[in-house]
Amino acid sequence: MPRARVLIRPKEGILDPQGKAVERALPALGFEGIEHVRIGRMVELEAEDPARLAELCEKLLANPLIEDYEIEQLDGAA
Amino acid sequence: MRWGVLQFPGSCDERDALRACTLSGDKVRLVWHEERDLDGIDAVVIPGGFSYGDYLRAGAIARFSPAMEAVGEFAAAGGPVLGICNGFQVLCEAGLLPGALLLNEDLRFHCRQLDLIEESTTTVHLSTPESAQVDSRTLSIPAKHGEGRYYAPDEMLDGLEANGQVAYRYAPGQNPNGSARDIAGVRNAAGNVLGLMPHPEHAVDPLTGSTDGLRVFQAVAGNPA
Repeated sequence: MPRARVLIRPKEGILDPQGKAVERALPALGFEGIEHVRIGRMVELEAEDPARLAELCEKLLANPLIEDYEIEQLDGAA
Repeated sequence: MRWGVLQFPGSCDERDALRACTLSGDKVRLVWHEERDLDGIDAVVIPGGFSYGDYLRAGAIARFSPAMEAVGEFAAAGGPVLGICNGFQVLCEAGLLPGALLLNEDLRFHCRQLDLIEESTTTVHLSTPESAQVDSRTLSIPAKHGEGRYYAPDEMLDGLEANGQVAYRYAPGQNPNGSARDIAGVRNAAGNVLGLMPHPEHAVDPLTGSTDGLRVFQAVAGNPA
């Protein structure tokens, strides 16, 4: 079945406290100069009908009010 | 008056909700998440907890349960629905209430008694006539959640305020989660669906310090105290 990857991230402008917490921890580990850390989710799946993935994202995988999503079609080899 | 209290795998506050309904002088029964039949039920409570493990997002999976399908129809027909904590999250995910609930701003789970300001229009829902409006009151009710930061885009928040859909706010300085405009609970446009993060069902007995929670149940039932 065709494989796909869905990336889900908090919408621009929505406070992402997880990203902030990671960002604040970085200097203590010696990572300077890193900012605007945002944390989302990645869903990997195999779909018989990839044309329906957008609908799946709208209805379940993402909450369109607070999250953006991107669908990436992978190689298609099962 | 007969309440139905939904129970999902992962619900944890349904017993307190049952007791709150009983203390309100009403009949009540549990409604298992696979049930689709709300016959004989006059008002529904969606209780707190972690339905289906809160996988994906809190409330995201529960909204697809047979019981929630039935609640959708019940609400569309004007039936009163009260969502508490996880129940509020489920109602937002189901699109029965506006907005969404995000991780607390400070990433901590908060559990504490706090003061809620009841907006003056809170008790107008359901069959309660406009004349039953009461002045703002402060209720002492506990909150306990990690994902309770109410969010909606600014235009939506303006609309909610203009329509009197903001039901409860955290008292000044007591917002535990970074909720927009201190909002703790909202109603739908029709007024029959109410959701809030704090737990009125845990504030129904003097033993635990407050009985203000009963007022929320009475308001939903259309009998403001």
